[in-house]
Amino acid sequence: MNDPSKRRPRVGLFATCLMNVFRPNIGFSAVKLLEDAGCTVEVPAQQTCCGQPGYNSGDFDAAQALARQVIAAFEGFDYVVGPSGSCMATIRYDYPEMFADDPDWRTRAQSLAGKSFELLSFLHDELGVDRVGARLKTKATYHDSCSGLRSLGIKGQPRALLATVEGLKLKEMQDTEVCCGFGGTFCVKYPEISEKMVDDKIRNLLATGADTLLGGDLGCLMNIAGRLKRINAPVKVFHTAEVLAGMADGPGIGDAPQETR
Amino acid sequence: MSQARDTILGAVREALRRGPPDNATRASLDEKRFDHTRPSQDDDPVERFIRKFESRAGTVGRVATLGDVPAEVDQHRARFDLPKRAAVGNALKALDWPSDWTVHHGAAPIEETLSVSLASAGIAETGSVLLASGPDSPTTHNFVPDDQVVVLPVEHIVRWFEEAWDRLRQREGGMPRATNIVSGPSRTADVEQTVQLGAHGPRRVHVILVG
Amino acid sequence: MEMRSAEFKTRSVFAIHDGGLQKAMGMLRDGFVAKRTVQAAELPEFEQLREEAKNLKNHILDNLDHYLERYEAAVTAAGGQVHWARDAAEAREIILGICHRVGAKIVTKGKSMVSEEIGLNEALIEKGMEVVETDLGEYIIQLADEPPSHIIAPAVHKTKDQVSDLFEEAHGGPRKTTVPDLVNEARQVLREKYFKADVGITGGNYLVAETGSSVIVTNEGNGDLTQTLARVHIVTSGIERVVPRLEDVTLFLRLLARSATGQETETYTTFSTGPRRPDDLDGPQEYHVVLVDNGRSKMLAGRFRDMLRCIRCGACMNHCPVYGSIGGHAYGWVYPGPMGSVLTPLIKGLDNAYDLPNACTLNGRCGSVCPVKIPLPDLLRELRHLQHKQKITPSLQRHALSVWRFAATRPGLYHFGERIAARILAFAGRKKGRLRKAPLASAWTDSRDLPAPSGRTFLEQWQSQRGKS
Ligand code: SF4
Repeated sequence: MNDPSKRRPRVGLFATCLMNVFRPNIGFSAVKLLEDAGCTVEVPAQQTCCGQPGYNSGDFDAAQALARQVIAAFEGFDYVVGPSGSCMATIRYDYPEMFADDPDWRTRAQSLAGKSFELLSFLHDELGVDRVGARLKTKATYHDSCSGLRSLGIKGQPRALLATVEGLKLKEMQDTEVCCGFGGTFCVKYPEISEKMVDDKIRNLLATGADTLLGGDLGCLMNIAGRLKRINAPVKVFHTAEVLAGMADGPGIGDAPQETR
Repeated sequence: MSQARDTILGAVREALRRGPPDNATRASLDEKRFDHTRPSQDDDPVERFIRKFESRAGTVGRVATLGDVPAEVDQHRARFDLPKRAAVGNALKALDWPSDWTVHHGAAPIEETLSVSLASAGIAETGSVLLASGPDSPTTHNFVPDDQVVVLPVEHIVRWFEEAWDRLRQREGGMPRATNIVSGPSRTADVEQTVQLGAHGPRRVHVILVG
Repeated sequence: MEMRSAEFKTRSVFAIHDGGLQKAMGMLRDGFVAKRTVQAAELPEFEQLREEAKNLKNHILDNLDHYLERYEAAVTAAGGQVHWARDAAEAREIILGICHRVGAKIVTKGKSMVSEEIGLNEALIEKGMEVVETDLGEYIIQLADEPPSHIIAPAVHKTKDQVSDLFEEAHGGPRKTTVPDLVNEARQVLREKYFKADVGITGGNYLVAETGSSVIVTNEGNGDLTQTLARVHIVTSGIERVVPRLEDVTLFLRLLARSATGQETETYTTFSTGPRRPDDLDGPQEYHVVLVDNGRSKMLAGRFRDMLRCIRCGACMNHCPVYGSIGGHAYGWVYPGPMGSVLTPLIKGLDNAYDLPNACTLNGRCGSVCPVKIPLPDLLRELRHLQHKQKITPSLQRHALSVWRFAATRPGLYHFGERIAARILAFAGRKKGRLRKAPLASAWTDSRDLPAPSGRTFLEQWQSQRGKS
């Protein structure tokens, strides 16, 4: 074993736009989980956005420009890991598609896609992490975010890891696999439909009697948390990584600084 | 009209970026057989047929020989208090129908209440009967009366649809004009997703297994 | 049928506030979706069948011309007649021509989405014919003078009370209030029509090249009465519905009912092969098939070929949370839900249906249940791409995208902007941890609070702790 990267995998953390601005705690939680699992974590300064807003709005040109930037910033790492199923699905599945007609970039996109992972599936499936040392006394329910679920097959991993959090009870809600109505720009382009969808989600989540909602994508969590706070529902919202890292002791998403546990 | 045909076929070929297929290609396409997966079955085909057919509100009776059929039909008739008349397919004409019945072998008119027809096959996979139209088995028998009785010799039960197709191909005259696969009484759920039997076709379908 | 997709936004908002519709949509979700889940789980081969169905459809589309010609020859050999229609107008003309020639007064119809697509009813009625839809759901919406809101359950948006009202008005009293009574009443009314009909029109789920048969699948048996009792039977079908052999129909049958209504099989599957034969005792005297292109050959050429695999099962709409929220009418044309959001712009024009491909969260549930594995979200995104290229996308959105791109391709600038945003929002939300209003974000804050950041961005904090890399 003279290749050092084999001993301590060098991971480039993909710091998603929303996390970077709205919830740095998720980023630090991710770093902690990765370092605990024996990785070296770096955060390249040349990264911005994965390009998904452009791609999903039909501006493939802009999406490609961003994809090139991400590829260049991250291709030197052993792995690219991000705390979001949605951004990581873009890198893993959409990048190679975007460069279907550009053999050089396509090769680079494919090679990056092959080593890009959503955080929890990376920990669980690639590194074999099967338990965490965190504790949190709470009755939680989990929302399956769509891209992570359907593009990356994230379903069992967060649940398996959450099961090892001391004090945490998971109660599944009905229709946990149904979209919460976020959908990136969808929620501001079709606000009424989005509101109806998030209300359906919230009805199911309140029916579980859970006091905490967990999930793996900050976009969805902000959407659900924003609506919960608007209707004054007493449910805290955290990213799963925050709980697993034992860093869910501060305010939940959208909670006031003093509203700590 | 033929101009539309040429335009459409031309557009299809243009979309596929090629001309008309040559004879060799055509021949190989005609020869092509897909071997699709068949859902596995490990139960007895007759039992399966009964279980599946009954699961959709159909009823099944069983008699030993064809000669026992009229009595079983009469039982069904009496049970639902139907008039003593029936449209009976020519294939079952020779049976000994009760003398006080009005029996005919033509198409079913609008006032028909009961029909009796002979199935070409029973399909165990879904519990369905296959009826082939013709002078022996008019299609109206399968849809017009409130009550339909289907006579199905057990040796006509096959496991999968594929075997039923082979039987159709071997038939004299090949594919019938109408091939009706019936899996139970007519039903609808168009009002508030509430299932209601007897939407337009028979309200009751009773299969008599023979053998 | 009138095209109203441009009004999507307004109509979707009305739909959300329509209590009756919302009740009906809830039943749809609980019914079809739950039953499909059970059926798919009970058939271990289900996923394998989906894969095979996808491959078979692709093979058919690759050789579509051949199978169509074989099919035509087989229909002719069975004594039927095939007509080809390039577009909706041509299809209407062909059918009107047949009706006129046979002196049709009453036309009965089994469920056919293609006939909706070509606007057939209006054309027949305009020529003085009495047109009777015989599928109960279609009959209900015909009385209500509405388009279907679902391709399998066209009246799914109607409650029982609304049906009672419609029947009372159409049939006279006494008013029926239970489902059995309502169904019975329709049964009596329609029975007469089947027997009096001159022409019966049905769809064709599959067209079998081997035998020249057209296949319909129903639960009610209305399609069979329609096509058996009328003097003339006309089948309307899209050119993509041809399949090589009987075995290939089986593959689709195994998927169709399970995907559509969550049944193992529907009650009636019928193969029609030509007109009445010399010694037959019933059946139509003439048998016609109208093969409709109407944009399909164009779809075959490019990125949207996948869409031609569609077997019209409706699973995508049953599982679509947007459809479930707004129902089918908001989509404004014949085909609603995910499949409609792809088909409508392709058939009726990208600019006539701007919202349809956009009003989707790309959550992917539709694609995950589609029995022929159509990548619906990818196709919707591709339509957005075309709209963007053709500048159909609103200019405000295009400008916003250019600004975003300008910044996002300049990491220094982007991170600077993020830092400013984080500070401003953190300051504004410092007390409650959230904002009830935010500049330029009313579409968000009208219905939700905006969770506030804590002040410094992740990158900022990381770099001050660990340095830049
Ligand atoms: S797109 Fe797929 S799921 Fe939707 S109707 Fe067509 S076949 Fe069914």
